[in-house]
Amino acid sequence: MSVNVTLLVVMGVLFATGIYLLLERSLTRVLLGIILVGNGVNLLILAAGGPEGLAPIYSAGTPPGEYADPLPQALILTAIVITFAVTAFLLAMIYRSWVIARRDELTDDLEDRRVAEQDTFDFEEDSEVAVETSEFPEDADDDGALAREGVSRQQAAAREAGERLANDFRQASSEESAGTSNDQRNRKAR
Amino acid sequence: MMGNPTAVDFAPLAVLLPILGAALAFVLRRHPRAQRIVTIGALCLTLVLESWMLVSAWQHGAQAVMIGGWAPPFGISLVVDEFSALMLVVSTAVSLTVLIYATGQGMADGDEDGPISVFHPAYLILVAGVSNAFLAGDLFNLYVGFEILLTASYVLLTLGGTTARIRAGVTYVVVSVVSSVLFLVAIGMIYAATGTVNMADLAGKLADVDPGTQMVLHVMLLVAFGVKAAVFPLSFWLPDSYPTAPAPVTAVFAGLLTKVGVYAMIRTETLLFPGDRLHTALMVVALLTMVVGILGALAQADFKRMLSFTLTSHIGYMVFGLATGSLAALAATIYYVAHHIIVQTSLFLVAGLMERRGGTTNVDRLGSLAKLSPVLAVLFFVPAMNLGGIPPFSGFLGKLGLLRGGVDLGTPLAWVLLAGALATSLLTLLAVARVWNRAFWRRAEDAEDPDPLLLIAADGGGTATTYQHVHDVPASRYSGRGDTALLPRTMVYSTGALVLLGVALTVFAGPLFDLADQAAQQMVQRTPYIEAVLGAGGGA
Repeated sequence: MSVNVTLLVVMGVLFATGIYLLLERSLTRVLLGIILVGNGVNLLILAAGGPEGLAPIYSAGTPPGEYADPLPQALILTAIVITFAVTAFLLAMIYRSWVIARRDELTDDLEDRRVAEQDTFDFEEDSEVAVETSEFPEDADDDGALAREGVSRQQAAAREAGERLANDFRQASSEESAGTSNDQRNRKAR
Repeated sequence: MMGNPTAVDFAPLAVLLPILGAALAFVLRRHPRAQRIVTIGALCLTLVLESWMLVSAWQHGAQAVMIGGWAPPFGISLVVDEFSALMLVVSTAVSLTVLIYATGQGMADGDEDGPISVFHPAYLILVAGVSNAFLAGDLFNLYVGFEILLTASYVLLTLGGTTARIRAGVTYVVVSVVSSVLFLVAIGMIYAATGTVNMADLAGKLADVDPGTQMVLHVMLLVAFGVKAAVFPLSFWLPDSYPTAPAPVTAVFAGLLTKVGVYAMIRTETLLFPGDRLHTALMVVALLTMVVGILGALAQADFKRMLSFTLTSHIGYMVFGLATGSLAALAATIYYVAHHIIVQTSLFLVAGLMERRGGTTNVDRLGSLAKLSPVLAVLFFVPAMNLGGIPPFSGFLGKLGLLRGGVDLGTPLAWVLLAGALATSLLTLLAVARVWNRAFWRRAEDAEDPDPLLLIAADGGGTATTYQHVHDVPASRYSGRGDTALLPRTMVYSTGALVLLGVALTVFAGPLFDLADQAAQQMVQRTPYIEAVLGAGGGA
């Protein structure tokens, strides 16, 4: 069986770009990734169907080998419809997410954050970004200053999160030293 | 298809009835009462039909029906054997109870307008997808079944479009789509390698494929199904997404969706790739699934999240039985799947009731439930003990069968797995016992920040039956709800029915194990399935 190289290359490019986009945090890009990967699969099934041939409509006297295999085409049609439906749904969901949060990103999981706020979580040891222990948190929040230092936006966000945790922790421990019980802290976190 | 029509000739109706019901329910979305009647009626009819199919499959073994009369293996075939028929009956029975529960909830809360009107049609489509996946005789139809049920589940999971649900929905949809893409790639490659997607046909033709290629196809299918079944490294999405949905939706997801993945794994493992090529890998995966899942469950304070983790953990038992590969273990796996669908679903329904009664599912904030509602306590206790595998419940019988399969195998890995399975069982018991101790046994006053609902009822002498008491208490989650019933009768009765069904699994364990044995035998022999589709002498 001869292999259609163009088909294979296009398929590879679709898969590669699609998977790259799927790994992004932005939901719109994830959607684009899904569309690309979906089309990559369709090409794969087409390639799996063997060499090209006549349209599979019966006419007397044509040897069966001359027809193209109709089954992969039927499969692709079904797959296209399914991808279409899922794309429409995802678009609606991304729009809804945008309406709610005004962000084209996956928001953090609340439960994860709650686990992070439990006692066993040591913010200094467990946080990925070194926590700024400056007495002047405004400095750390200053985007302009960070940009001058060449720190990317994501890092700044991560830093901000670390800072927030640190603040919570400080607040909590001061409450604790003032005789506040553990329970109330948990409730506060909730 | 000559002569008298048999039950199996009506197999397509198991998919068609829910879909037609969904269409009708969608048209009737302005008439909630008619919509409820249509939905419940469609599911009742489906259940009756499927029970008939089960009886027929039990008596005559595997049978197939070719859609549109195309000769196999070219057309779409639906296959009914003992395993698929049993799964159909159990899944539809569970869906019906959950539907009645959801209807009870909807009627009690009066939320009959708004986007909830899409619930009934989406629910029926979900059932149709599940039925289609169980009946599918070819891989592509299995894929279509998966997609039908997944698309319906996307809608159900994000009902109402709140922040938490949209967040959970995004993870869920993206993960599901990726696993479906993987499945589709596997189908494409299998077609390239063999020129067919019919499972009975593949059973013969895959054996001629180069072993390396076989391995690739096998692993791809296992990974795709593993995501859907929530097997350990691929189960991260489940506890994040399930608990945010409304209680009945979570319940039906927990009961059915992962089991469809398990079903697909069992089907491909026995029919397409017999032999023990990947059994060692599957055993390791099963061990990790069980242990990691249950450790996750122990760390949770929220009952729904804890249940989601036990759900993934107990999938490990099914993979264990599958990996053991012996006839007895396979039979026990089939029994265990049926048991787990029912028990896990009842526990999620109970979680919904607990949320209504106590204002939250966070067990740290619950208390006194046993005193406030003894019925609820019983409804929790029976399936919880069942899940923990306490004799004489079905959980114990299923696990016993699985463990015996492991002992028969006797390899060192099998012994490690046995230890893991026993530990998981004990830890499950610990997890549910903790919920019992906190939510049911201790006094609400000892709970951390309990909802006023629990306290007011406790102080007021008798027990409250409606939200009237907290109507003017702003601190309560249910303030301003008027005299809505706390525990509507329909919800309690339907949960009770499901719990009873779980007990029935124990009472009728004998005949059920016979059925499971017969199903396992047919699957291990493979020829009954192949001959049912391709005719005697066809295929392998």
